[in-house]
Amino acid sequence: MEAPSSLSLSLSINGTRHDIALDDPRVTLLDLLRERLGLTGSKKGCDRGQCGACTVLVNGRRVNSCLSLAVSLDGAEITTIEGLAQGDALHPVQAAFIAHDGFQCGFCTPGQIMSAVGLIREGHAGDDPERVREAMSGNLCRCGAYIGITQAVLDAQAKMASEQQGEAA
Amino acid sequence: MNRFDYVRASTVAEAVAAASAPGAAYLAAGTNLLDLMKGGVTRPTRLVDVTHLPDLDRIERLPEGGFRVGALVRNSDLAYDSGFARAHPSVAEALLSGASAQLRNAATVAGNLMQRTRCPYFYDPASACNKRQPGAGCEAQGGETRLHAVLGWSEHCIATHPSDFCVPLVALDAVVEIAGRDGPRTVPLEAFHRLPDDAPERETVLEPGELIVAVRLPDEAAAFSGHSRYLKIRDRTSYAFAVVSAAASLRLDQGRIAEGRLALGGVALKPWRAREAERVLAGAEPNETTFRQAADAALASAKPSGDNAFKIELARRLIVRTLVRAAAGTPERMPALPASAFEETLHA
Repeated sequence: MEAPSSLSLSLSINGTRHDIALDDPRVTLLDLLRERLGLTGSKKGCDRGQCGACTVLVNGRRVNSCLSLAVSLDGAEITTIEGLAQGDALHPVQAAFIAHDGFQCGFCTPGQIMSAVGLIREGHAGDDPERVREAMSGNLCRCGAYIGITQAVLDAQAKMASEQQGEAA
Repeated sequence: MNRFDYVRASTVAEAVAAASAPGAAYLAAGTNLLDLMKGGVTRPTRLVDVTHLPDLDRIERLPEGGFRVGALVRNSDLAYDSGFARAHPSVAEALLSGASAQLRNAATVAGNLMQRTRCPYFYDPASACNKRQPGAGCEAQGGETRLHAVLGWSEHCIATHPSDFCVPLVALDAVVEIAGRDGPRTVPLEAFHRLPDDAPERETVLEPGELIVAVRLPDEAAAFSGHSRYLKIRDRTSYAFAVVSAAASLRLDQGRIAEGRLALGGVALKPWRAREAERVLAGAEPNETTFRQAADAALASAKPSGDNAFKIELARRLIVRTLVRAAAGTPERMPALPASAFEETLHA
């Protein structure tokens, strides 16, 4: 059994391995990213799992990083908004949010985009806007950009599917 | 959040030993626990992390029939397991009607059973609450009681259990597998959560250190797969706790109900099995007259705990609607809005 005095953990964050020593087990994944690793793209909205602004991928699945204890995630692969673009080339979901005006103030946008990436990976919504809205209900947008967000998710999903088909052909 | 010791267990026995200490709590995904700790509602002095325990993340078919779902299976993985969802569609529908996609990806099966009430007075450390501090009183009474209990409450506590998942589970005779210092034991889910009586701080039958390792569904539960629904009334379309919810499962034979199961959510401090209603359903014709009688039976002992008499009538109507939908048959595909009580065409 481990009862370490200083807590060490290893995380892969956007493809780079980080060996981290924590002085306090209370650090959430969100605070680790923002306050200790300088990755401030993930936002702290409510800090209680209600708004989705802190959404990141843990082992490919979207979760609320504000409700995840970092130390518990030892060994996990984390993807944040900073890890989506390849150089200057935006991820298709990022490009679609711009094309469809899927934001206004932009505060919720990193969480919306990470949630959309997770949703597309999950593959349950198909091309039904109602299913997309339902699957995005964990991300609040107080500017009310929901119509553009839904269109962006559907558009990005279709583009990614056709790109994949192109690659397979 | 208070300081705590972090202990990562690598076996169930280690976990049980570490969590038997006073002030210890188990940590799985933490989606409810961290929220409570951030608010100062609970202040465990030790967290025993069980997420690295082996073998508790499996969904297995038992040799004698039925399913065994490991305690660490994530809510979304269970809901989208095609074999499980086909056998237990109302359980899948309940899971997908709860929380958000992000929370369902993290939250575990056992964590769902162990989640605490969302009574706002329990959540507010400045309010008196018999759950947080036995004997302190209950400030919910006489306060904002719209979402509080109408069945099984006591003068000491009028809170409700918030789970969706547990509602069809209790209707289908789910069993909780528990590991503890004195070895393993099983408890029917119906007997797992306690009504408040005069000790609302004791929420389940778990003894100190005991750990849920799995939830089982018996083989017989799959006999209802063709006629099982979960419907949930909530204050917004998605990502909200139930005002009231109902799980109904029917086994039909030659135009009659051979056996019916009914349970309610959002009405009591435990998932509420409506056995009186099931007695009405057994052998009756599956029509609205029967369903109204069943609903009346389910709510015969209901009484408001404040400004929430509307919940009794709401539950009565929801029971009828859920039974009507169950009798019509489980939908081929999961509805776009799982557990919506409204017609799908509303949004078409």
